[in-house]
Amino acid sequence: MMTEISLNILDVAENSTRAGATLVEITLAADTKADTLTLVIKDNGCGMTPEQVEHVTDPFFTTRTTRKVGLGVPFLKQAAESTGGSFTIESEVGVGTTDTAVFGLSHIDRMPLGDITTTIQNLIIYHPDTDFLYTYRYDDKEFVLDTREFREVLGGVPLDTPDVAQYIKEYLAENKQETDNGKLL
Amino acid sequence: MKSLAELQAIREKMQNQINMRSEDEKVRIVVGMATCGIAAGARPVLNALSDEIQKRNLTDKVSVTQTGCIGLCQYEPIIEVYEKDKEKVTYIKMDAEKAVEVIERHIVGGHVVDKYSMGASGLK
Repeated sequence: MMTEISLNILDVAENSTRAGATLVEITLAADTKADTLTLVIKDNGCGMTPEQVEHVTDPFFTTRTTRKVGLGVPFLKQAAESTGGSFTIESEVGVGTTDTAVFGLSHIDRMPLGDITTTIQNLIIYHPDTDFLYTYRYDDKEFVLDTREFREVLGGVPLDTPDVAQYIKEYLAENKQETDNGKLL
Repeated sequence: MKSLAELQAIREKMQNQINMRSEDEKVRIVVGMATCGIAAGARPVLNALSDEIQKRNLTDKVSVTQTGCIGLCQYEPIIEVYEKDKEKVTYIKMDAEKAVEVIERHIVGGHVVDKYSMGASGLK
């Protein structure tokens, strides 16, 4: 069982990198007026057929051959729906896939966001060939991390170089704090 | 907000350091990070490994990567150690402390930590 929304993100975003995406866009947006927390994971990977999309929220569907269950997407769907929210997935072969999960922000059953800083940092440094565009929004404040921009500044220095990995972590942690004043847990 | 100027400084610092060791000479530690691994606690294991490697200045000798489900979900978190010309070692039911012990005794000390390895648990 996943205990944090950020662990769900770590898991489901992995599907995008496996789908051969060159760019994965992750948006997390808290809206205190509407009382929602919206997560969007969008990729430009290989996409799915309408039949696959229909089955992807079924725990007993997977394209893998090592085992017969695929729990990543069903976990996320259940986590969102149990807070009065929703989960949708749109996909087209050759275009990509977009997952959207809406959580009830103050709902008692909303699992904590958890260590989102480590999640995003892990995704970036352990997928050196994929670009990530991460947007974090809290009401009208936001910050963005675009690995394409980072790569440009870095020249040929890889993102998983220890100093760079540390910088990415600090960038994420400090900017989250400035965006939500530590309010979103 | 944190500025990109710091990133520029890192670039200038790093450009003077050339990594001499090629990837295939490195010891490779692979962490299972599919749904099963993550749910069982693979993330603290992954981070403990990479922190320990950095702390011991082993980053040019050891690399940490992640993989999907290897089909042994009940033994997650699982890590595999690949060394050139040696048989792969699989460690099961890892946590952050055990991971640090593996770095200390196996990667640095050169001895497989039998008590955590899959072979020693009677599984093959």
